Amino acid sequence: MNAVATALRDLWGLFVEDASLTLGILVCLVIAAFAFPALGLRDAWRGPGLFVLLAVILLENVRRTSRRSG
Amino acid sequence: MSWAHVGTVILAAFLASLVEFVEALTIVLAVGTTRGWRSALIGAGAGALFLTVLTLAVGPALQRIPLASLQLVVGVLLLLFGMRWLRKAILRAGGVIGLHDEAAIYAKQTAALARHSGGTPPLRARLDRVSLATSFKAVTLEGLEVIFIVIATGAGGLLAPAAVGAALAGSLVILAGLGLRRPVARVPENTLKFAVGVLLSAFGVFWVGEGLRFPWPGEDLALLGLIAGFTVIALLAVAAVRRSAAHASPVHVRRHL
Repeated sequence: MNAVATALRDLWGLFVEDASLTLGILVCLVIAAFAFPALGLRDAWRGPGLFVLLAVILLENVRRTSRRSG
Repeated sequence: MSWAHVGTVILAAFLASLVEFVEALTIVLAVGTTRGWRSALIGAGAGALFLTVLTLAVGPALQRIPLASLQLVVGVLLLLFGMRWLRKAILRAGGVIGLHDEAAIYAKQTAALARHSGGTPPLRARLDRVSLATSFKAVTLEGLEVIFIVIATGAGGLLAPAAVGAALAGSLVILAGLGLRRPVARVPENTLKFAVGVLLSAFGVFWVGEGLRFPWPGEDLALLGLIAGFTVIALLAVAAVRRSAAHASPVHVRRHL
């Protein structure tokens, strides 16, 4: 049982390390899936739009982590 | 499907798998050196067998999932996995967190295993449960990551090239392990993780877009644009982190990338 719990914890750790980054990525995906069409964003801009959102999330997360540790 | 796409898939699977194989090899080498090779190799072999059975069992089921759903799920997981790697590589390159050091991990693992054996000579004649479990766990966990990487990078009908990339990486690491009998410490792991984080994040965005039926400008070539985009963003992030670390402590900033 302990081994299964450890394995599940390790598996979870593959995808989630910083909860705020994970949450930010998921929010970006929800925005891309639902808000982009609702806002009438042109089809060709939806992919690049998702990239921009994710880039902002990454930069903000790295900036915050670096400030916290500094 | 363009050659640029196939080449990117092979490269991404090769680089990402290389890192995972090196990590598994480090632990198996530590176990083998400290407690004897028989149990270490049996544990590693059992891990490889478990992964093979798992792949054979789950692989055919993947083919029954509609492609768009598979691309969306894999894309989301790939984004979580890739951006986690990229974030960590940026923070390491900026000097915020310490570098991943295979030699140090090897030394730590060896010391822990030696402590566990209570200073007695390694067990060579019979099976050693600690060796078996440690090797099995290392191979299984790192191998699961390799399987995920292969499925993720090859999600658009390119499983074979992705598997070729991973197999090349595995062969290279096994050969290096046989030759060196010590950790492959010279692999510039953070640079690799940085590159792999960029590649996996780019694949993640691409597959999510495909899964949501976003028409990518330039179709498959958009993948190269995403790789370039993530590279620029990540390099900017490293520069920003270094600048902020230099302001905080001008003496201690070191260049890691």
